[in-house]
Amino acid sequence: MFDSGGDTRFRKLGTINRRMFIFSAAKAVVLFGIVGRLFSLQINESKKYLTLSDKNRLRESRLPPIRGEFKDYFEKTIAGNLRVYQLHVVPEQVEDFKNLIIRLKDILGFDNRKLAQLIKKKNQQKPWETLIISENLSWDEFSKINFYLHELAGAKPVITVGRSYPYKGSFTHILGYVAQVSEKDLINSEIIRERNVPGLRVGKSGLEKTFENDLIGTNSIQRFEVNAYGKKINQIDYQEGLKGKSIRLTIDSEIQEYTNELLSDKAGSISVMDIYTGEIIAMNSAPTFDPNLFLYGIDNNKWTEIKKDPKKPLLNKTLSGLYSPGSTIKPLVALSALDHDVLSPDMKVKCDGKVEMYGHTYHCWKKKGHGYMSLKNAIKQSCDIYFYEASRLLGVDRLNLTANKFGLGKKLLENYFPNVKSGVFPSTKWKKQAIGQNWYLGETFITGIGQGYVQTNPLQLCLMTAQLANGGHKIYPKIIVDENRGNAEQIKNKMLKQIENFNEKEQELIMTAEEFLTNKKDDHIPLYRNPENVKFVLDAMFRSTNEVYGTSFSSRIEDPKYQFAGKTGTSQVKRITEEERELDLDISLIPYKQRDHAWFIAFGPYKNPRYAVTVLVEHGGSGSKAAAPIAKKLFKKIIDRHELREKYKSRNI
Amino acid sequence: MINRFTYTNEQTFFQKLKSIDWILIFCILLIGFISFFSMYSTDGGEIKFHTKNHILRFGIFFSMMFVIGFINIKFWHSVSYLFYLIVLVLLIAASFYGITASGSQRWINLYFINLQPSELMKVAIIAFFAKYYHRMQITHVNKIVNILIPFVILVIPIFLVISQPDLGTSILIALSGIMVLWLAGINLKFFVYSSLLLVISAPFVISFLKPYQKLRILTFFNPDKDPLGAGYQIIQSKIAVGSGGLYGKGFLKGTQGYLEFLPEKHTDFIFTLFSEEFGFVGSFILLILYAVMIYRIVYIGFQSRSFFGRLYCFGFASAIFIFIAVNMCMVLGLLPIVGSPLPIMSYGGSSMLATMIGLGIVMSAKIYQRQLII
Repeated sequence: MFDSGGDTRFRKLGTINRRMFIFSAAKAVVLFGIVGRLFSLQINESKKYLTLSDKNRLRESRLPPIRGEFKDYFEKTIAGNLRVYQLHVVPEQVEDFKNLIIRLKDILGFDNRKLAQLIKKKNQQKPWETLIISENLSWDEFSKINFYLHELAGAKPVITVGRSYPYKGSFTHILGYVAQVSEKDLINSEIIRERNVPGLRVGKSGLEKTFENDLIGTNSIQRFEVNAYGKKINQIDYQEGLKGKSIRLTIDSEIQEYTNELLSDKAGSISVMDIYTGEIIAMNSAPTFDPNLFLYGIDNNKWTEIKKDPKKPLLNKTLSGLYSPGSTIKPLVALSALDHDVLSPDMKVKCDGKVEMYGHTYHCWKKKGHGYMSLKNAIKQSCDIYFYEASRLLGVDRLNLTANKFGLGKKLLENYFPNVKSGVFPSTKWKKQAIGQNWYLGETFITGIGQGYVQTNPLQLCLMTAQLANGGHKIYPKIIVDENRGNAEQIKNKMLKQIENFNEKEQELIMTAEEFLTNKKDDHIPLYRNPENVKFVLDAMFRSTNEVYGTSFSSRIEDPKYQFAGKTGTSQVKRITEEERELDLDISLIPYKQRDHAWFIAFGPYKNPRYAVTVLVEHGGSGSKAAAPIAKKLFKKIIDRHELREKYKSRNI
Repeated sequence: MINRFTYTNEQTFFQKLKSIDWILIFCILLIGFISFFSMYSTDGGEIKFHTKNHILRFGIFFSMMFVIGFINIKFWHSVSYLFYLIVLVLLIAASFYGITASGSQRWINLYFINLQPSELMKVAIIAFFAKYYHRMQITHVNKIVNILIPFVILVIPIFLVISQPDLGTSILIALSGIMVLWLAGINLKFFVYSSLLLVISAPFVISFLKPYQKLRILTFFNPDKDPLGAGYQIIQSKIAVGSGGLYGKGFLKGTQGYLEFLPEKHTDFIFTLFSEEFGFVGSFILLILYAVMIYRIVYIGFQSRSFFGRLYCFGFASAIFIFIAVNMCMVLGLLPIVGSPLPIMSYGGSSMLATMIGLGIVMSAKIYQRQLII
């Protein structure tokens, strides 16, 4: 059998060998192909795949940036960062979530509602996303958690930074507050979008919002190696982020806090300004609220309470509240009348308590009347009848010119506070444009006593007072410390030189050119035609506080160190009817909403003035009773702090 | 003519030992060592379950290869049909009593080992055909009966394996079988006809495929379409290999493997892991080792006096080559992902057992190369 086919056997052998040879050739080709593929992957495209592999395994995790701080003038922290103890849980890493959460509930003692919220939140997010069980643990709770940690598998006690406002409500209206990033923040700011991480808090109002880009800082970046399931294996790299810029304010936190105390239980505003540098020493609006409440999300009841409060704690009254200035405008009216030569200081007007003009009766606040009044006395005793006459002679348009120069009707600090109101100082042109009616002469009278269309915010009045007090020179309010700006002494000398070199004819030229120059900063241009007129007005204000019959005589300080000059104001919130005038009710009998606003503007110390103060007490009644006593207390504090402030400045240089 | 070669069967043990193909043994051992290190790396740099098992299996089955090698090739010739039958019975048993894992019923529990008969079939089919064509004259090879019988022999296990379902292994069994058939001298036209038939029937076949199998074929053509789903394995595997570069990331430093981006890194994708850590140079050396191994098997076939030995060696060499090529093309993204282990390197007892049995018979063909089989 074997031998029978010797020939076929060879053919068979030949076929097998031949086919094997073909196979081997094919194998070589395939092998070559595989090597080629390896070559292309590992040598030609190696870089591409290496980056892909790194992209696979490396994860960046960005940590919240550390926010810059706010400092007061003395570099005390008024908005800082605080260690916050938090408790995080990553549900994915927890074996028995229910058990853990109930155990945590026992330890931290939170109620069933919070438990339900947490479970709801857990179900909404991805299992590997961090669930924040508690945003702000007390140290006790934090150590308790650490103590029980061995039986709380998956719970992570974390120390992070949060915002803290050590002065609570005192700075709220200046600084604003921070809270969790909202969708709106992300849409509006590219920087926030770029640096956003869970737990980031951004400014929601005030300077916190204005300076967001400076304050926010940059994220620290942690680079992790992760496995295919996204689990962190080890940290590879840590890039420390930059802390946000610290911002130093001109505010003295002690005075600021004191203003808060002075305004407690009241609605109102206090501003204190350096009359030479324009630095705002204090600026408060009452009532206020604690910005720390917003840090971890304010609870709804509290928020409605704040929102619904009739005293409007959310409104920054100093910048965004508008009020009739009342009699506080009188020094300015007097200055305007003198500057425009419409009356001589010796002009006498008889006050009978009321006057009939153009068929209308206008009243003085003093029903019995003041008798014969000179200009100085009229300011001192705040005689309305005299100012009706003065404004009649002056006319509203000329008064408007002076008022505008002193900053009434113009927005202040609008770069820092977006909600600043400009207020109104009317003129005939303004009325035509805004209301579409002609000006009535009667409106001039009430404008002269700061009623009617005039609307100012407290800081505008403070600026006006400051500009009067420095001898009538333009200054610009400042809230951020700027080391490069001249100090008070230099500015004062410059202003004095301007007064010495005063030349009335030249002044005419400057006055007309002034309109063009208003935008030029640092130029302490004179706002008067004759510095003597300003002196006259200041003297009248001194008498108003420090002489018998002066409206704020009862609030005077005799010690020359603290002695100040001021002007009261009482602005009506509604037209007083004849009956009410007859009744002359005590303030406690009038409904709160109908009570007058009490104003006081002042500067001091009188001999060498340095600070201007404005006090407003909403619905506080008369300026002399409600506002002036506050200014008295405040001046003591301000003058006491003055030396420290000067020392601190020279120490800095 | 053949009688001219005098043959004595009485070799001493040392003569037998001497006639062992030491180059082949050396290659197997070297690949074995490489596989130990790779397995050690998949275990994260510790000797754990996989490494221990792999070394143990390699040791046992490697010794078994020697035992098989020292048994006369005549014996292996005589039990070839039986071998096929036993494996076929095991296959049938697997489809009734098999253990189901990851959606496929392909293992039977033999207490000391979970055996995957389909792996053994890869070798058994070669042995069967080698015997079948051993005596057949070349003139009879292309007779219809002699084509139909092997066709049935081949189709039964393929059908059984497909129904497990295990597309990858069934394709490999088919390829091993067809390879031997072609080597035996079946006319090329039959292959052409059947390929045509396959192409025509492909749409019908595809309609019988499981959805996951269809998806795999689709993903092969466009892996980026669904990078986190079915295309994930191909993409990750390519990333691992590509990022290895020329010299690799270093032993135990392959991030793709260590961080578990690689799927099936112990079994089908072991080459990817190796290639990531040892780069182009390492992969090339491994390929060379496999090539030398295959060359040696072919060489033994040439030396073999019997058609059985020759056909078997050629067939086995071709099959091993195809297993390697399919596995590598698969992990390099040149073929769709079908389950196919890399011989010796991949973790898996049945695959190791089959490879070693196969190599054992090759060894036997070497030792008894002058043995005539009547």
